[in-house]
Amino acid sequence: MSRRQTSLFDPQIVRRAIKDSFRKLDPRLMLRNPVMFVVYVGSFLTTGLFIEALAGKGEAPAGFILGVSVWLWFTVLFANFAEAIAEGRGKAQAAALRKTRKTTIAKRLAAPRRDANFLQVASTELRKGDVVLVEAGFMIPGDGEVIDGVASVNEAAVTGESAPVIRESGGDRSSVTGGTQVLSDWLVIRITANPGETFLDRMISLVEGARRQKTPNEIALSILLAGLTLVFLMATVTLLPFSIYSVKAAGAGVPVTVTVLTALLVCLIPTTIGGLLSAIGIAGMDRMIQANVIATSGRAVEAAGDVDVLLLDKTGTITLGNRQATEFFPAAGVSETDLADAAQLSSLADETPEGRSIVVLAKERFRLRERDVHALGARFVPFTAQTRMSGVDLAGRQIRKGAADAVETFVVGQGGGFPADVRSRVEGIATSGGTPLVVAEGPRVLGVIHLKDVVKGGIRERFAELREMGIKTVMITGDNPLTAAAIAAEAGVDDFLAQATPEAKLKLIREYQSGGRLVAMTGDGTNDAPALAQADVAVAMNSGTQAAKEAANLVDLDSNPTKLIETVEIGKQLLITRGTLTTFSIANDVAKYFAIIPAAFATTYPVLNRLNLMHLASPRSAILSAVIFNALIIIVLIPLALKGVKFRRHTASRLLRDNLLIYGLGGVIVPFFGIKLIDLLLQALRLV
Amino acid sequence: MTANALLQIILYFVVLLALAKPLGAWMARVYEGKSLFGLDRILGPVERLTYRLCGVRAGEEMDWKGYAFALLLFSVVSLIVLYLQQRVQQWLPLNPQQLGAVTPDSSFNTAASFTTNTNWQGYGGESTMSYLTQMAGLAVHNFGSAAAGMAVLVAFIRGLARRNAKTIGNFWVDLTRTHLYILLPLALVLALVLVSQGMVQTFSSYKTVPLVEATHDAGGKPVTEQVLAVGPVASQIAIKQLGTNGGGYYNVNSAHPFENPTPLSNFFEVLSILLIPAALCYTFGRMVGDTRQGWAVLAAMTLILLPLLALCYSAEQRGNPALDRLGVDQQSSASQPGGNMEGKEVRYGITNSTLWAATTTAASNGSVNSMHDSYTPLGGLVPLFLMQFSETIFGGVGSGLYGMLIFVIVAVFIAGLMVGRTPEYLGKKIESYEIKMASLVVLIMPLIVLLFTAIAVVVPPGLKGLANPGAHGFSEILYAFTSMGNNNGSAFAGLSANTPFYNVTGGIAMLFSRFWLAIPTLAIAGSLAKKKLVPAGPGTLPTHAPLFVVLLIGTVVLVGALTFFPALALGPIVEHLQMLAGGN
Repeated sequence: MSRRQTSLFDPQIVRRAIKDSFRKLDPRLMLRNPVMFVVYVGSFLTTGLFIEALAGKGEAPAGFILGVSVWLWFTVLFANFAEAIAEGRGKAQAAALRKTRKTTIAKRLAAPRRDANFLQVASTELRKGDVVLVEAGFMIPGDGEVIDGVASVNEAAVTGESAPVIRESGGDRSSVTGGTQVLSDWLVIRITANPGETFLDRMISLVEGARRQKTPNEIALSILLAGLTLVFLMATVTLLPFSIYSVKAAGAGVPVTVTVLTALLVCLIPTTIGGLLSAIGIAGMDRMIQANVIATSGRAVEAAGDVDVLLLDKTGTITLGNRQATEFFPAAGVSETDLADAAQLSSLADETPEGRSIVVLAKERFRLRERDVHALGARFVPFTAQTRMSGVDLAGRQIRKGAADAVETFVVGQGGGFPADVRSRVEGIATSGGTPLVVAEGPRVLGVIHLKDVVKGGIRERFAELREMGIKTVMITGDNPLTAAAIAAEAGVDDFLAQATPEAKLKLIREYQSGGRLVAMTGDGTNDAPALAQADVAVAMNSGTQAAKEAANLVDLDSNPTKLIETVEIGKQLLITRGTLTTFSIANDVAKYFAIIPAAFATTYPVLNRLNLMHLASPRSAILSAVIFNALIIIVLIPLALKGVKFRRHTASRLLRDNLLIYGLGGVIVPFFGIKLIDLLLQALRLV
Repeated sequence: MTANALLQIILYFVVLLALAKPLGAWMARVYEGKSLFGLDRILGPVERLTYRLCGVRAGEEMDWKGYAFALLLFSVVSLIVLYLQQRVQQWLPLNPQQLGAVTPDSSFNTAASFTTNTNWQGYGGESTMSYLTQMAGLAVHNFGSAAAGMAVLVAFIRGLARRNAKTIGNFWVDLTRTHLYILLPLALVLALVLVSQGMVQTFSSYKTVPLVEATHDAGGKPVTEQVLAVGPVASQIAIKQLGTNGGGYYNVNSAHPFENPTPLSNFFEVLSILLIPAALCYTFGRMVGDTRQGWAVLAAMTLILLPLLALCYSAEQRGNPALDRLGVDQQSSASQPGGNMEGKEVRYGITNSTLWAATTTAASNGSVNSMHDSYTPLGGLVPLFLMQFSETIFGGVGSGLYGMLIFVIVAVFIAGLMVGRTPEYLGKKIESYEIKMASLVVLIMPLIVLLFTAIAVVVPPGLKGLANPGAHGFSEILYAFTSMGNNNGSAFAGLSANTPFYNVTGGIAMLFSRFWLAIPTLAIAGSLAKKKLVPAGPGTLPTHAPLFVVLLIGTVVLVGALTFFPALALGPIVEHLQMLAGGN
């Protein structure tokens, strides 16, 4: 998570952003943002008026017009700078990624076999469907699917995680990413993306913001801002005739100047949010990337914030990946130590997490030390799908552990029976959500081991917070309904889907969607692909199959299922940042009116000075102070726009109340002080 | 505030809010086609006959475009008919005073005014319009334009209430049912009540009566007789008040003793101004299946109106400080109302005059019982400002609530962003299309008002009609276009608006502000009807809670204030400051 974090104002990025702010003055680029385009036109207009004033025909002193004009240009540049710095941060990441995209030499196979003839070609010449061989130490030349071999791969370039991962043909770990390195063994890979369309390419263009399209809510907000801009344009443009009338009516003063009207217009239109809007969007994508989640579109980031239902895989998200032994229940006539001893013996060579946990429990409970399996001359009997048991054979003893019905078949085959007390214990454990593991030696059942899913610490609180935010959590598990219900209750999820099949998942998603809810899920397997495609927000594990990644709109490079929750919060934060800054921007107008209106009509109606609540020193100083405040607030708010407003997990009402108080009320009050302060500074520096 | 004033205002709002629920529930039944406790059995044949005569297929619903087309067709045809009616009234019956044809520009202005539910009157009724024009023209439009506004609202509500639907109702059916089951019964009852108070209702010609106290005219000649203008007044006044029309029978509107004879008639008239707009909020709540939503909107409206009413009242009761300096006693006492009584009827006093002024401009009624032009600057600012909220504080029947609901959409959008969720209202997602249309609605009114005012204050024909120079003259022009640009029709007086310039510009302003708002509103209705319903949860912002009401009030007030602050500063605000400073 911290890996890609660049400091907010990295000097290199700042330097480049400054240069870019000027480059962005291109009218074609400016036209994309209607609010800032109005400021841009105003800057040209006042510059023209300044030149006119220099020629001696000015409507106001040249120095004053220059002051307004310069600060209007700054307003435009500051907005450009905000966008440039957001892009710059992305570009810095893109540059790092691009380094890994070096052209490499690939061995293109004539046939999809390891021993087929190969041709050495540049990675850029590979096309979809080509088959390549990658051996230890070489870069994987492009995105693809492993069709043969097993290898450890360093994916640090994409994920930032330095521990190597296993990639193998078939199953859910078959997809590889171009630019990653094979560390051991070899892989035969079928290329699935043409150069320029690979995952890395997509990631680069996303972080650079080159392919950034406006998201639905951003479009809606832009429309509203454009509408407000038009209203304020009307309110200021008509002030000129109003002023002409007033001068005639009062018989005093001169009509308001175009410079002052332009200054008023720029102060009133929502430049703060208008200037920061695209930076907020880019930064939202950026935060996703910092969380190591790649969004295929900005729309997906925004949709993440709207999710109502989270489908969470039990394993890895809600519980620690593995079940653990928590208790021994001996059968009648068997001591607990004997049971523990037998259980430990049967698990010594069992490298599964469950097996390890039995050894650990036996050691903790009865100080049974680990014994060397080979020294005992024992033969390990591994778990198979047929027997559904594992165990050990030593010195004539046959110790087995496994599911109750499998062990029952085993002991009956040996001429034994299954005791009733063990059977009831087995049922008891299953009801409580645990997994009963029966241990037997020959025909005799020794007892039961209680394997328990361990719910992650703090997850219950997390779900409670999500519930408060209005997000429903649904646990997806392959367990039977009984087990699932018990874990669901312990973890505090709202609902669960037991014995989940891909079809059942798909059906569940559709059910929620038909009720108008937005559903998010994570998945990695090929059989998850339909459900991923159906979900509104689908996070694929980077370790997952290509099919899953194609179907998803977010890819989690860390392959961490808990990330889904973080994703939702980033989406919400993006919207909240936009909303609060819009409110702040509009609330600012109140103070600006009180600064500019008395100043603009000071010569016609001196009584209007009663509205000069801030007691600004002079009309010119008042107007200049408002314009300067309006420009500087953009710079001041850049860090907030980039980092996003702090997100708190609260109900909608509470969030609204807090944000209205901070950004609404704050937005009304702050500029009164800000403008006054700038006015005082202007006086102190004798600039006005 | 005197105890008497407080008591009257409290009584008014208690009665108003108490009536909102029963009337609102009734109207919901009308629009949902439910049984109407026998009235539908009596009037049902009339309803069906109307459909048969007009060829309306009552069972068929329309999509939003069809609905908008029907609305436009109805309005354009009735506009043309009313125009022609005025132009040829001299050849038509029921014209005992033998009044001549109305001028083309005035006819256009009046036709536009009455079809758009504005009821701005550039003319003096008793000296311009024949009985036939008043009854079969103006009064008919009082019903028709009100019903059209309510129909658009109902279509909008259906858009919110329905899901995955293509249609939003049948305009002709909504129009007919509004007439038959709501407006006609209410108007009949109110007209009878008003007649009982002494309001005239007759077809006989104007009466000449001897003066009680003979006097002299300006030339010194003795004057012993007076002509009393009479006519079918009560029938027109009832719907004028109920349908937020406001176009009076007489030039001085409800300040005329025949148009508002007693304090009781005054109470019923001022109650009727807000009656239907307030009740429609409840209808809205009923039809969307959550009456709290309706109460929340009604609360927001009331909470904006009350402080402004208090401001208007206190400004008037305070009087003019310039008179204080002359030693005039402006205190309220047993023997005098005190305050500023210029332009007010002594029968009603300051409380009932300001109550009327505030409610008539909050709703887009525009009728008056006092002359707003004579108010103190702040007292006059209140009606002006109330209209500048796009007529959403109660507003016109139907149009006020749909205007307010557009502001709700804007407020919901901002609020949705602030809580980090794509905004939704009543389970409907608010997306860029809705925001586009809502922006259009919010934008068009300031555009019309400010642009026409700007033109009028610099061109000679605009300035010619001014009675007062200075900032007050500016207020008069701003008031006129605010009134027409918001389909209110309230007149500030002091401006001679019956000139080709004001008639034509005003006519255009009224048509734009009515239909440019109604059509995007219907477009939103169509788009919302198609959407699925998002179930509410803790993540959903409750739009019936006090917090949202506060946000809604903030949005409406901020948009109105930010748009019009500069203009208000140059009009009433500067007047007020000058008055305080002891200037002119």
